[in-house]
Amino acid sequence: MAAPRAVLRLVPPKWNVGRRGFRDLSGVVTPERNLRKKRTLLQFLSDHFYEVEFLREYLLQRQIQKVHLDNRAYSHIESTYGPDIAGAYFVLKHGGAVINYHGLDSLLSLKELQSLSLQRCPHLDDWCLSRLYPLAGSLQELLLAGCPRISERGLACLHHLPNLRKLDISDLPAVEFPSLTQILVEEMLPNCEVIGTDWAQGLRQGPEEQPQDTAGPIPAE
Amino acid sequence: MLRRVLRPTLGRSLLIRGLSSRSGNSILDWDGNVSEIKKKIRSLIPGEPSNFLYDTKHLPPEHSDVVIVGGGVIGLSVAFWLKTLEKRRGAIRVLVVERDQTYSKASTGLSVGGIRQQFSLPQNVQLSLFAIDFLRNINEHLAVADAPPVDLQFNPSGYLLLASEEGAAVLESNVRMQRQEGAKICLMSPAQLQKKFPWINVEGVALASYGMENEGWFDPWSLLQGLRRKVQSMGVFFCQGEVTRFVTSSSRMRTSVGEEVNLKRIHEVHVKMDNSLEYQPVKCAIVINAAGAWSGQVAELAGVGKGPPGTLQGTKLPVEPRKRFVYLWHCPQGPGLETPLITDTNGVYFRREGLGKNYVGGRSPTEEEEPDPANLEVDHDFFQNKVWPHLAQRVPAFESLKVRSAWAGYYDYNTFDQNGVVGPHPLVVNMYFATGFSGHGLQHAVGVGRAVAEILLNGHFQTIDLTPFLFSRFYLEEKVLEQNII
Ligand SMILES: Cc1cc2nc3c(=O)[nH]c(=O)nc-3n(C[C@H](O)[C@H](O)[C@H](O)COP(=O)(O)OP(=O)(O)OC[C@H]3O[C@@H](n4cnc5c(N)ncnc54)[C@H](O)[C@@H]3O)c2cc1C
Repeated sequence: MAAPRAVLRLVPPKWNVGRRGFRDLSGVVTPERNLRKKRTLLQFLSDHFYEVEFLREYLLQRQIQKVHLDNRAYSHIESTYGPDIAGAYFVLKHGGAVINYHGLDSLLSLKELQSLSLQRCPHLDDWCLSRLYPLAGSLQELLLAGCPRISERGLACLHHLPNLRKLDISDLPAVEFPSLTQILVEEMLPNCEVIGTDWAQGLRQGPEEQPQDTAGPIPAE
Repeated sequence: MLRRVLRPTLGRSLLIRGLSSRSGNSILDWDGNVSEIKKKIRSLIPGEPSNFLYDTKHLPPEHSDVVIVGGGVIGLSVAFWLKTLEKRRGAIRVLVVERDQTYSKASTGLSVGGIRQQFSLPQNVQLSLFAIDFLRNINEHLAVADAPPVDLQFNPSGYLLLASEEGAAVLESNVRMQRQEGAKICLMSPAQLQKKFPWINVEGVALASYGMENEGWFDPWSLLQGLRRKVQSMGVFFCQGEVTRFVTSSSRMRTSVGEEVNLKRIHEVHVKMDNSLEYQPVKCAIVINAAGAWSGQVAELAGVGKGPPGTLQGTKLPVEPRKRFVYLWHCPQGPGLETPLITDTNGVYFRREGLGKNYVGGRSPTEEEEPDPANLEVDHDFFQNKVWPHLAQRVPAFESLKVRSAWAGYYDYNTFDQNGVVGPHPLVVNMYFATGFSGHGLQHAVGVGRAVAEILLNGHFQTIDLTPFLFSRFYLEEKVLEQNII
């Protein structure tokens, strides 16, 4: 969604300050009489910007709302398949599924879930990982590769999943020290095969290919 | 009895008058401004002393509906909720007065950033649940167009509270209440504890409670800066200066049983500018006392506690600075990524800090050990004698460790019952408190800010009922004790 961003750039940030000053003075005569003409113009512009800002805020909120709405759809999983799918295998990796914290609700009731693939989910964050512990009894495979918001802080919660046998934490741009993190995760989950970024892969992928602005409220697509 | 006076109702009716008096004031402001202009024009006439170029940018506005004393996390949160809940955009003029923009001594930046639901009072559990929801969606609440998102750095690693045989029953009943409130806490036996965290020595532990979700620690600076940026974008005024005086008026009133009370009202706040004798009076309708560890002093400026002992007038705000040390140590053999924030049976606590086998922790001194709060120097012997032995006993790996750094900060310590003070003062009717959280104010700030905004704008608490936290309890001697002070 480039649209709201584009609109955002139309407004130089310094106007924000000016606008407010003038707004508050509206109705009060400013001492600088000789600036009156200018003031009226600024007043006009600031009023104008007020709308622009409103629009920006509206777009921002709508973006957020959309993700929330999409996540309601996930609750159908439960009504359609019932809470227990024996030996379920769950995939949510199709070019960035919108699943977020609330969308996880339905997955968490799948008590027999053995394998969960949440690769490249732009909204999946550390908060989500901290909620996976109800799957501790069954979950053996968890694939998180390419999730732009997951950091070592969320990975630390995976010790709640002692039955994990395979964990893919490769290509997590928000993890600050990937190799160290991998070692610590391996120590924390001694029975689990941890797939991380191997050195060769790290070298092949130039820095410009790394996703940018990954922690932003608006995903890049 | 005075109880009648103590209800916030009285303050409220006065408050509404106070706020609505503003429209009348604007005429005065107009006059004031016209005379200002006249003055300035005169100063331009040759022969007159010129002060036209005198820069007043650093001065606070001459009037503000609400003046918030203290720009820490609590003051900013009150500002945020006032602007969020105001009925019409720009309806309330809010000024935050902070004497130190670097926040060098403010508790917010010096805290260890913990958030938990494991409290003994339902109100505190509710405040934490409210906060965690806010923090999870922080970039929806604090979104500012064009600005990067707030990076809270939340570590959802949980709190692990250990109880001895003596404390086990209380721990269990606390957990029951916490769960009823919606917190995800589980109880663990020593055997389960040993299995889960093999590096803990469970000797002397009878029961443990462990937060599975919504507990951990975050970067207090990110929250502070995020709030600051947001309230600035919402039109809140900031000013660097110290509140040194309140100009009040008082009126004698008789309660229905014939008792005489002296009701006070603050009309003007004097803000002393940095490094100068200059001060600026700010006319206001409401004052919020969010001065943290110094809020007792700020209350005194308004005459709170200055009266015969045993009377409401003579009842002080029992909040004072208490110095707390935090140590950061390195231990190569120390526990790993799974380490939660652990609080031992004797109050010693620690948590992991980052990935490099570093840990931060400390302990609240006993009343007898209380250090002199005059400065923020660190007592290293306190770690050697009062903290380390217990650490090493609980986690044998900590027998060899190296302290890398340490700092001290002030708890906004409520000596009466170690709990927050929220809402209006019964006698100084337009001073509202948001203080006294004694070491858990960071995590409760967003909920407290909302509660204060609610009682101010609507006359009663809506989201979380914080009536037990009203000031009147100090006079009535009704303690609202929180057992889990870390
Ligand atoms: C070592 C330590 C660890 C802590 N750990 C935690 C934790 O893990 N979790 C948690 O929730 N809480 C914790 N706390 C408590 C938490 O930091 C405080 O409760 C909280 O920050 C209080 O916020 P505040 O805005 O009231 O205070 P502050 O951040 O202190 O802000 C008050 C501000 O008021 C200003 N001020 C004072 N008087 C005046 C005046 N007259 N005029 C103008 N300005 C004035 C001060 O300069 C200050 O900046 C800890 C505290 C300490 C010291």
